[in-house]
Amino acid sequence: MRSKQMKNKRRSLRYGVRHIFMLLISFLSVFPFLWMLVSATNSSAEISMGKLLPGTRLVENLRNAFEAADIGRAFLNSVYVSVMVTVLSILVCSAAGYAFAIYRSRATEIVFLILIASMMVPFAAKLIPLYRIFANMHLLNNYWAIILPAIGAPFLVFFFRQNSESFPRETMQAARVDGCSEAGIFLRIYMPMMRSTYAAAAVFSFMAAWNNYMWPLVALQSEEKYTLPLMVSNLAGGFAPDYGMIMVGIVISTLPTIFIFFVLQKNFVEGILGSVK
Amino acid sequence: MGRGKGKQTRTGWAMVAAAGVFIGVFGYWPTIQAFLLSFQTGKGINLKFNGAANYRRLLGDATFWVTAGNTLLYAAFVIPIMILAAMIIAVILNDPVMKYRGVYRTCIFLPCVTSMVSYSILFKYLFSLDGIVNHLLMALHLVKRPVAFIQDPLWAKFVVIVALLWRYTGYYMIFFLAALQNIDPCVYEAAKLDGAGTGQTFCRITLPLLKPIVFLTGIMALNSILQLFDEVVNLTDGGPGNATRTISEYIYDLSFRYVPSYGYAATVSFAVFILVVAITLIQKAVLRDRD
Repeated sequence: MRSKQMKNKRRSLRYGVRHIFMLLISFLSVFPFLWMLVSATNSSAEISMGKLLPGTRLVENLRNAFEAADIGRAFLNSVYVSVMVTVLSILVCSAAGYAFAIYRSRATEIVFLILIASMMVPFAAKLIPLYRIFANMHLLNNYWAIILPAIGAPFLVFFFRQNSESFPRETMQAARVDGCSEAGIFLRIYMPMMRSTYAAAAVFSFMAAWNNYMWPLVALQSEEKYTLPLMVSNLAGGFAPDYGMIMVGIVISTLPTIFIFFVLQKNFVEGILGSVK
Repeated sequence: MGRGKGKQTRTGWAMVAAAGVFIGVFGYWPTIQAFLLSFQTGKGINLKFNGAANYRRLLGDATFWVTAGNTLLYAAFVIPIMILAAMIIAVILNDPVMKYRGVYRTCIFLPCVTSMVSYSILFKYLFSLDGIVNHLLMALHLVKRPVAFIQDPLWAKFVVIVALLWRYTGYYMIFFLAALQNIDPCVYEAAKLDGAGTGQTFCRITLPLLKPIVFLTGIMALNSILQLFDEVVNLTDGGPGNATRTISEYIYDLSFRYVPSYGYAATVSFAVFILVVAITLIQKAVLRDRD
């Protein structure tokens, strides 16, 4: 009886230590977020003084961000680019991934491996050639310079091929017998059936486009074309930065991804894990 | 049937065509061009082939070796700490007896929703001279004067490492959680019946089963740190001097900040490319070994 009590005591002590550890880690993870939200309501001077409580300057910071810095336009630019990339890359890559899984042959396997191998090329290596390609096409400072290179995403082709393995072949045969065309099977049966795969891919694609920084930095030159990361980075890089206004910019650039995270948490995680399947 | 098969093959190729063209034009074509560029020297657009001159320059380029050293230093500190932390957190969160698991998981994963630029700026301000970290250290009387985290070569590296750990530990934790959920609970029941303690269970059962995930996340993290760009540009801008500059930032500087020397920048980028390919091949070889 005594030993059992001891055991329980040790057990609760062990869990107590674990909770303290997890609380500490959770606090460290969340603190910069809280500070970001609180700081968006404080003035630059208050932030420099280390104020940790919500203030009264939110409206002023918002006005500065939208009027002086035109965060609103950068937000819309980012939405436009990210939505275009997401829609086009998912259409193109899901068709390819599906075909690689369904119409498999020795030849398609070789082509698949070649396409996938391009994942290894670091973006920095393509920076100058891409810059020259788009300069020759007179598409620099144009959103197509950002959208076009992002459409053929090897990871998405890979992701859709992996997930297409679970698409039932009997359904396909039945559809063919009913006179459904090959394209019809993909558009009318596969697409609706694979909703969650599409959602996960969309989350992945949107996040990558939304956060993209290096290539837009090179390809977009005029401020009115800037996407949010470029705009926020530009504001923070200036002399005597207005901390409160920049915090508003950071909050705004984090809102869509936070929204996606809480609404599509399951697909979000699937999108991340897709790379290990 | 034969005719149907032919039609299917054609449909298959038609569906692959668009992705093939896009990856060819914006993936392979620039890569080939970069390779050719890496053998050319000159300023701006006046380029001519000059054998392996760029590669010889690379070997003697002190800045390249500094940036390569910085990049590898980040990898050497971030990857082991991050993977160990991700694994420990995942193991604790996988214990069904543990309360508030969902809350902890959400909190720890939250940093992953920030964009690279946003969290880098956030960390720049957290660690600035008048930032909250210095206010805290002063309030606790741990330092007399604010620490110049971003302006000091050593502290600046430290801040980059802390920022990376903050952003990515939760991300890699997800891989460990998924792997742990695939372990049959019966294994643990059996271990318990045999009288194995917590430490023993972890070392003898959990750790060996997680080995492939340790390897996978290690490779993924190494691959992304080798290409680190957004964070250093926005946190420290590579400074002070070149103290935090990475290879990717150096490539960008060579192409767009200094007098453009496209040829040499392409050579540096090929050095990264070769590293990434080598790592990927090692990964493939080891994974095949495992199967």
